[in-house]
Amino acid sequence: MQNRRSFIKAAVLSASIAAIGAMSSTAYAADTIKVGILHSLSGTMAISETALKETALMTIDEINAKGGVLGKKLEPVVVDPASDWPKFAEKARQLLSQDKVAVTFGCWTSVSRKSVLPVYKELNGLLFYPVQYEGEELEKNVFYTGAAPNQQAIPAVEYLMSKEGGSAKRFVLLGTDYVYPRTTNKILRAFLKSKGVAEADIMEEYTPFGHSDYQTIIAKIKKFAAEGKKTAVISTINGDSNVPFYKELGNAGLKAKDVPVVAFSVGEEELRGVDAKPLVGHLAAWNYFMSVKNPENDKFIKMYRDWAKKAKLPKADTVVTNDPMEATYVGIHMWAQAVEKAKSTDTDKVIAAMAGQTFNAPSGFTLKMDETNHHLHKPVFIGEIKADGQFNTVWKTKGPIRAQPWSPFIPGNESKQKL
Amino acid sequence: MRRFLLSLGLVLGLCATGARADLDPAALKGLASDDFDAKQAAITGLAATGDADAERVLKALADDALAVAGGRVVITAGGQVLDAASGAAIKPAPANPESIGLNNALRQQVDGALAALRLFSADRAERLAAAKLLLADMGDGAALLPILDKAVKAEADGEIKTILAQLHAQARLTSPDAAVRLAAVQTLGESASPAVKALLLPLIEKQGDAYLETDDKVRYAAQTAIKSIEGRLAWSETAGQIFTGVSLGSILLLAALGLAITYGVMGVINMAHGELLMIGAYSAYAMQTLFRASFPDFVDYYLVAAVPVAFFVAALVGMAMERTVIRHLYGRPLETLLATWGLSLVLIQAARLLFGAQNVEVANPVWMSGGVQIAENLSLPWNRLVIVAFSGFVLLLVWLMMNKTRLGMFVRAVTQNRPMAGCVGVPTARIDTLAFGIGSGIAGLGGVALSQIANVGPDMGTGYIVDSFMVVVLGGVGQLAGAVWAALGLGVVSKFLEGWAGAVIAKILVLVFIIIFIQKRPQGLFALKGRFVEN
Repeated sequence: MQNRRSFIKAAVLSASIAAIGAMSSTAYAADTIKVGILHSLSGTMAISETALKETALMTIDEINAKGGVLGKKLEPVVVDPASDWPKFAEKARQLLSQDKVAVTFGCWTSVSRKSVLPVYKELNGLLFYPVQYEGEELEKNVFYTGAAPNQQAIPAVEYLMSKEGGSAKRFVLLGTDYVYPRTTNKILRAFLKSKGVAEADIMEEYTPFGHSDYQTIIAKIKKFAAEGKKTAVISTINGDSNVPFYKELGNAGLKAKDVPVVAFSVGEEELRGVDAKPLVGHLAAWNYFMSVKNPENDKFIKMYRDWAKKAKLPKADTVVTNDPMEATYVGIHMWAQAVEKAKSTDTDKVIAAMAGQTFNAPSGFTLKMDETNHHLHKPVFIGEIKADGQFNTVWKTKGPIRAQPWSPFIPGNESKQKL
Repeated sequence: MRRFLLSLGLVLGLCATGARADLDPAALKGLASDDFDAKQAAITGLAATGDADAERVLKALADDALAVAGGRVVITAGGQVLDAASGAAIKPAPANPESIGLNNALRQQVDGALAALRLFSADRAERLAAAKLLLADMGDGAALLPILDKAVKAEADGEIKTILAQLHAQARLTSPDAAVRLAAVQTLGESASPAVKALLLPLIEKQGDAYLETDDKVRYAAQTAIKSIEGRLAWSETAGQIFTGVSLGSILLLAALGLAITYGVMGVINMAHGELLMIGAYSAYAMQTLFRASFPDFVDYYLVAAVPVAFFVAALVGMAMERTVIRHLYGRPLETLLATWGLSLVLIQAARLLFGAQNVEVANPVWMSGGVQIAENLSLPWNRLVIVAFSGFVLLLVWLMMNKTRLGMFVRAVTQNRPMAGCVGVPTARIDTLAFGIGSGIAGLGGVALSQIANVGPDMGTGYIVDSFMVVVLGGVGQLAGAVWAALGLGVVSKFLEGWAGAVIAKILVLVFIIIFIQKRPQGLFALKGRFVEN
């Protein structure tokens, strides 16, 4: 008797809970599709990632203004993993199992992406990753809208070695100590060796996240550069360490004419925080610059400026656009197109529909999602920093390049070249 | 580069006789080309005409003032648009001139061409600047030899002549005549410049089994020259390393000095110390914002105003902390630790709410930007020099306060024997509050210094709390002198380790060293002798 009563109680209770759950989920499911945004809004990476959150919100707003996707409005769910890598996994799990988002746009550092990967695989979620990275990865649940090494790092080094780029013969590989710089430098070292650069002409240095005392490293670079032959620095420093690094570089009087620094993680947004005058002539390689002139880009910049004013961002009158922002913008639009094509937000159906999607991007090219390797075909631009913190494009590819996520310069990748 | 210099040589020969005529607009078009080689050829060609018009166009190119508008090359100057070929103003000014960009290689070429043209200027300062620029940028510059021959002879000024003589020697390093090369190497051996060393290095390099330089005497001389240059460079290198160490040490000292009072002297384990640094840094930011908005003429001096403001803001926050939380926990270190850690979280969140989660920009004032050149390979940045001096100043203040004032005497009395101090009429509770306030205020001063070299953000303090405790514990609790030696020692040691093993390993090694040191000598570098009566 006792048992039966408690059983009935439990059944009623669970039924009512289920009913409430179903009601609330149907109430949402009827008119919105939830979209997760997973970017650090505080901590060392906030300097770079906050703008991506704003871009995502802006793009969602734009899509909603045109009637949404599948006739439903998109509903952004913003979380802050605070530049704390394990917290990324925690927040990703929350987005997938609690908020039931259809897709997530997020992560900047490779270590944060690596930390959320198991979660997306386990719960079969969908992640759009908008930043250039080291490659050596190809996950069914992830679309990479940033550059693989052959779409950024390798062309940049080729440029430095060309007559036009100053015929550099010696290289300093300088980075923050985590997976992206380590792997990129491994690829670059192999690439440089294949071009006949001797071991003694390569110097590799790493600093911890948030490092702020670059005196010794700059002194070392100066000494290395004084040992003959043209020297160039390839920087994979990430996050707010770039500000003290460039400050020290300017104060130490190391000019771009003598020792150019080419950076893979420094864009318009990072340069907003520094006085760019001492940095004139230093380089960055990206797949988009704000200074690129075409109607799509004009539209994109205007849209973001209006958004900044509407959202009352700090210093809204000086906001800039950059490469990962463009990649976020392209990614969200491509996902929306794929959902329309698949007529569903189901992960597997959307993944199938993503193959071959094209989008007229602000970089001035029509970008295509590769049929097999989940990476975008992207053009490469190399720009020199101008005094106003913008980039002057000094070199670019003729058209978009297909990504090689498995670099041919890492041994063991030979069999994966078709991917 | 060499081809261009060769044509420059030709040019300068011509320029003496050069008849003045408008530049060929078709040749100028090459400057606007998208192709690198065409652009380079156009610059070379332009330099080859060698007259004042060419110099004007090259100067505009270097200043980013050259543009294309309406199908021709123009110079934009102060709202006016001039035709590049003739220098005449175009009216009405064409719309949307599109600027002609340079990359590093071309900029170097343009600067070199301009400098070579200016070696013969009537203005001494201009000649000196040109010679210095060529010295820094020329490389071997053998093709410049004819111009240099002429310039050396024409030059009367001693300083410029010395530079030109060196340039001259550099240009002769690749001469086919071994005797000329030998003389050049010997001249260059007098230098103390890393650039010269780089030029000499190829002379002793081997290709396969054979030396690149065939003459034994020259090679031997080059070897000696390189050795003597290296000898001259070595001291400045070591001096540079010691300076970076001292600079790091002064930052550690500023960060830890406040803690040396609150923890070292009063014995409060203050986990919110880093946040007091953060408050100081944000005070500097607030003063900068205020000066930018209200006194734009004096914006370079906002730091001077930030120093007292940061001290008082941090001191007030510190005293409020002491009055409300810490005083109830004296003698209970574990509870103090937890409570102050909680306070630190509160302060971080408060900063996030007030100033936003992102870092804020605190600019170096003009007088703290750039550096002072001590030797060819050693320049000391002003911001670091100022911070070293500032930490000395703060240290002096603290020493005076502790040893020469009545308050300092009371603080020492209370920390050494609280009941006895109370018996003779020292208001111990008030002294505790004041001492804590002063320690916090000094942390605020440290924050102002940090704002000049590191990022200012809500969590900046957490990075310094470990370093600060390290300094105080290593120096010996209760000792200001200990903190000074520990900070400088840690700074120099970690910079030398960084140079040797890299930043990541250096950090680990320093921590390992401290763990071992504390085990062997728990009282720190300097221990208080005599009766230290505390519980």
